[in-house]
Amino acid sequence: MQVHLTLFGQLADITGKTEMILHDIPDTETLIKTLNEMYPSLANAKYAIALNKKVIKENTSLSGDNNIALLPPFSGG
Amino acid sequence: MSNPTKNNRYQRQISLKELGEIGQQKLKDAKVLVIGAGGLGCPALLYLAGAGVGRLGIVDFDLVSLSNLHRQVLFTVHDIGLSKALRAGDVLEQINPDIEVIVFNEKISNANALDIIKGFDIILDGTDNFASRYLINDACVILKKTLVYGAISRFEGQLAVFNHPSDTKIAVNYRDLFPQAPADGEVLNCEEAGVIGVLPGIIGTMMANETIKLITGIGNALINRLLTYNSLNNHFFEMELLAMPETGKMIPEDAGAFLKFNYDWFCSIHSAFELSQEEFEEKIHDKNIQFVDVRESGETPQVEDFDHINIPLSRLKDQIPDIKAETIILFCQSGKRSAGAAEILSKHFGKSRKIYSLKDGIAGWQKSKL
Repeated sequence: MQVHLTLFGQLADITGKTEMILHDIPDTETLIKTLNEMYPSLANAKYAIALNKKVIKENTSLSGDNNIALLPPFSGG
Repeated sequence: MSNPTKNNRYQRQISLKELGEIGQQKLKDAKVLVIGAGGLGCPALLYLAGAGVGRLGIVDFDLVSLSNLHRQVLFTVHDIGLSKALRAGDVLEQINPDIEVIVFNEKISNANALDIIKGFDIILDGTDNFASRYLINDACVILKKTLVYGAISRFEGQLAVFNHPSDTKIAVNYRDLFPQAPADGEVLNCEEAGVIGVLPGIIGTMMANETIKLITGIGNALINRLLTYNSLNNHFFEMELLAMPETGKMIPEDAGAFLKFNYDWFCSIHSAFELSQEEFEEKIHDKNIQFVDVRESGETPQVEDFDHINIPLSRLKDQIPDIKAETIILFCQSGKRSAGAAEILSKHFGKSRKIYSLKDGIAGWQKSKL
């Protein structure tokens, strides 16, 4: 249950990373919890979650290797 | 032998067999509105005018300033201090006098959005703030208009086609992707975060390209998909979006409800105003923050752990001058009155102050410390 995580926009600024690999993550809720513990500022950030390039809205269990992306909204124009 | 199309303005695109005379006629019949004649809007407008979009609307209320010129490519130093919408209109008419350019020299708002948008088929959002983005999305949902969305942040850009009617797929809108507006200060604008002019140039041009594809029916537009582009490493990331059943409830259901919806408020209250107990705990010894107890005097538990003033909610409007700090944290027993107080203060101060309300109140905070 390896997660290859990609972070966009201000989420990369918060974590200082654009990519991360995390192990032993059974579901997306655990992923978010783990990230919030690692980076408390992430807890209040708004973002969409994409699992293998499809947006998900509910806790989703993970098996095998997964690509997860966290995308925050941008406002600039 | 003379070729009748040789001197045609559109000859180079008509000669694309995918587009042809039929595609050109579709462009001529199209009505496209670009909201925001800024970093995204300028390149989009240039290419849409060039391509021969028959009716092109521009909405902007702002004036050209020197710091715009590195990315807002319709303007020159001679335009500084002049209306962006009017100047953009003049330039586009010079580039292509065969199209109709309609200028709305005003800020998009609840009061004008439906009237302006209803005269067009495809709407491009090139604005620079969340309140306008949610407002434009909702107006497009109410009026069933296709929304071409572009947005940038530092070195990254987002692009999507929202709310496009289709026989086979439910149209996804912006609120399906981002139901909640970010907190004030959570997302920086171009002024605060900085931007290289090329990035909105790329994203704005891609917005024009999606628009031309939608009009002429060629290729695959980014319908119900979000594309992110990183200009530092040239990575593109595309993902499929999902319509959510609960989104419908968040969007004003008709013109009357739309008119009453306070987008400025929506784009700050949902997150900016609510402070968790942990966040509150972090801030209680910050001397730059003014803490205000909005309970009636004598209510218990009394607070002695940190400095604060007491202004009961019932007297708040009269005592606003007593609140001087730039960052204000309001609290009450359960978080309800302080949320109401936050609304009052945010209406009064606008975005000039940071206003927070303690979630679940002093009762919740004390419980969390046990």
